[in-house]
Parts: sequence; structure tokens; C-alpha cells
Amino acid sequence: MDYPDDVRYTQDHEWAKQEGGVVTVGITSYATDQLGDVVFVELPEVGRRLEAGKSFGVVEAVKTVSDLFAPVSGEVVEVNGAIGDNPALVNQSPFGDGWMVKIRPADAGEFGKLLSNVDYENLVEESH
Amino acid sequence: MSSTTALRRTPFHEFHRQAGAKLVDFAGFEMPVRYTGDVREHLAVRNAVGLFDITHMGEFEVRGPGALEYLNRLVTNDVAGLAVGQALYSPMCRPDAGIVDDLLVYRYADHFMVVVNASNMGKDFGWMDEHRPPGVVLEDRSATTALLAVQGPRASAVLRDHVPAAALELGYYRFTTGSLFGVPGTISRTGYTGEDGFELYFGAEHGARVWEEIVAAGRPHGLELIGLGARDTLRLEMGYMLYGNDIDDTTSPLEAGLGWTVKLQKGDFHGRDVLVRQKSEGLKRRLVGFQLEGRRVPRHGMSLLAQGRTVGLVTSGTFSPSLERPIGMGYVETALAAVGTPLEIQAGGASLPARVTARPFYTRGSHRS
Repeated sequence: MDYPDDVRYTQDHEWAKQEGGVVTVGITSYATDQLGDVVFVELPEVGRRLEAGKSFGVVEAVKTVSDLFAPVSGEVVEVNGAIGDNPALVNQSPFGDGWMVKIRPADAGEFGKLLSNVDYENLVEESH
Repeated sequence: MSSTTALRRTPFHEFHRQAGAKLVDFAGFEMPVRYTGDVREHLAVRNAVGLFDITHMGEFEVRGPGALEYLNRLVTNDVAGLAVGQALYSPMCRPDAGIVDDLLVYRYADHFMVVVNASNMGKDFGWMDEHRPPGVVLEDRSATTALLAVQGPRASAVLRDHVPAAALELGYYRFTTGSLFGVPGTISRTGYTGEDGFELYFGAEHGARVWEEIVAAGRPHGLELIGLGARDTLRLEMGYMLYGNDIDDTTSPLEAGLGWTVKLQKGDFHGRDVLVRQKSEGLKRRLVGFQLEGRRVPRHGMSLLAQGRTVGLVTSGTFSPSLERPIGMGYVETALAAVGTPLEIQAGGASLPARVTARPFYTRGSHRS
């Protein structure tokens, strides 16, 4: 499976995309494949401060629940309202319309420390 | 140095792989947990018809003089009340009334078949063998028996022309032997979904043929392949037990709400004394169903609280695809078991409001009564 090369990844199966001064965050297709049908995503409010590596929300799937871990520290500037009404967007388009939050990063250096798509693919392969 | 035991496979493994199923380890078997999606598969069974591979389950044959009395001592329900061609559901208890397994007993003309959970096969066989009197024969047929379930309002339509006509007229928990899709076997009007349907037992060597024929027969009726994930949401919506979650060695059938399977009048059986005492003294705890107000989902192992005090544990929880809300079951102190009682569920740092509700949660199933 090829993972998009225009984003970076965490060990907990989040992806992060840096555009302008904002980092968009979601979960990967590997995560949605493991989780199954997503039924609810609990996300923080705009303005909340996130800390890299700490939980900032929860993804509820029919069969299991998973914490969301912040790839970078910063302030939440936007939350995807569409997945409130239609959580299936996360399964249908995990790297696109299923995005979760946008963060204004506090530390510009953190993004570069995240995994490349190749490293992420290796990580996923090893766990099989 | 480590060694891994290869997972066992059913005769349908290749079909699961070709269908793109997500395969997982379930009780030592490589089983499909999902094909297309948990919600889609669940709704396919409620609205149309689904095909399940449940071959991992165990089948034991019991025969010989004294077989009926032997089984009646092992299980709480009354085997003597069975007609030939009838099956029953029952817990099988230890002397302390803890549940060894929940199972089905089928009465054939010259023997009985006992169908057990895959996760308990070894334990159940050992327990049953330990208590077997001389003359009674107990044989494990699991390795050579294939078991498929066809469940949903259109199940009869799928089986029509492929099973004896009498099989379509079977009442609930009745079965017949005959030809199914061209091979000999048992057709049973049983299931774990709350919908009308059949469970088909036949020789494992016929697996490929029967699977392909069912899929072909099901195509015009919208038959879908259903994984263990949807199997669990379907049974939980009905309030059915899952051994290891809702019942185990530490729970009694009365605590679990299975009093209807406990026939104290039939004579002695393992656990009877304790059950009589529980009945007269009253139960300290009961298994209840509950629904949640929000969208967070209760999960096995979460604490149940009432006014901030821990009063029990969640045994099973999920998001109900049919009711479109989170549901669950768990044990609570008897005083809190009444329908409508407010509870809180501890989900990590969050406290989720819930309310005790009647079971089954889903009441529009097409299963026979």
C-alpha cells in the first residue's frame, strides 16, 4: 500500500500536513482499516492547546475505540465539522475530507521529526 | 527461541481471502472479522440476508444408554423435554453454578449433538468427559463438521429449492436432516442474530461446493458475506450472551438473566443447589442492558457507577447499527437493575450518562418465536 508522500506520519497512525502556517491532522487509511466503521469522533474545541504526543480526542468505531495523539504541539484553529454529522467520511476519505483538526504549531521543528511515508510504510509492514 | 502455532483454518478460508476479508485470530482459528464493513454487514442481515462461516464452533456427539440422563445432569435446561428434531439452548454449570459454557443440545433419533463455543472446545470436552458415565460415548466431530449460518428475512428464499420443503416449515429451534445444496447434513432453524434463519451442519469435505451454491442462490436476494464483527453487534442488539464477556466461570445463569433456561424441577444437575439458594435468597447482582445518551461507546471492562459509586462492570458494549446509538450490558447491584435506573460509565477520564433498558434492545427481528 502506498501512503501519500505529501504528509508526515506518527507511530500512532496519525498523519500531519503542513501548509502555510497550519498543520492539518487526521488518521491514516491503516488506522481506519484496523478500526472499521467510525461512528463518532470526539475533538477538542477551537482554541485548545495541544501537546505533541498527548491525547487530544477519541475515535469511536463500532468495534473499538482509539485515542488521537497530537503529532505537534500548538493551538487548534479549526475543527472538521463535517465528520460530526457524517463520521463515515473518516473511513471514506481518511487523508482528505476525513481530516480532523488544524493546528497552528508552537514549535516549527516538531513537524520535521515526524515519519516520512516510507518510514511509516515500514512501520506498518513490521507490525504484520 | 519461540514457536508459533499456525492458526487453524475452516474449509472456507480461500473464499474469505478472495473476498478481501480482514482475517483475525479467533479462538485459534483464522476467521473473517469483516468483509465490506461492520455496519453494512449488520444491516444486510437485518434487511436482507447474510452468510456466516461459523465452522470454528465445536460439535460433540453423545450416544449410548444413559446419554439423556448424562446430558441432563450437565446442563440446566431440560433435555428430557426435547422431541426428536428439536434443540435447546442452555448454560452448562459447575457445582458452584458458575458457567462452563453456553451451548446447544440437538436431539436426533439415536444420539445427541452438543454445539459449543470455539473458545471453550477443549475445556468443554474435558469437563464432559470427566463426568461421563461408562456406556455413554462422547466424540468430538468438530474437525470434520462445517457450519454455515444463513440469517435474515430472506433466508428462506435463499434456501428454497436447495433444502427439503419441510425444512422451510421448521419452527424455531427445530431441525431436520436431509440434503442441503446437494450434500447430506442438518438444517436447523436457529441463529445468533434475532432474524429468521438457518444453521447448516455438513461434512467439511463439501465446503467449497456448498459455499459456492449458497452464494449463487443468494445473489438474487442480495446475500452478503458477514464477519464476526457484525455477528457481535447483531447478537448484542438482541441481548444474547457472549461467553467470556457476559457469562463465565464466575457468573450464574440466574445472575445473567438466563432463568428461563434453568429447570430446577427436572431433577439434579451441576449447580442446582446453589441456584436453588440464589433463587430463595435473592441475587446480589444482575446483568442489565443499558443505553447511552451521547455518542461515546461503552466497552468491555469499563466501570459502571451510580452517583459516583462503582456498582458494576461493563461486560459488552458497542455502537448499535440498527438503533444508531451506543448500547451495552453489565452486572450491577440488584437494587440498581430496574429499567430506567440512571448509571454512569467510566470511559477513561470521561463519565458517560446511561440508563438501564429492557432487553432485547432491538425488537423488530424476524426470528420465529
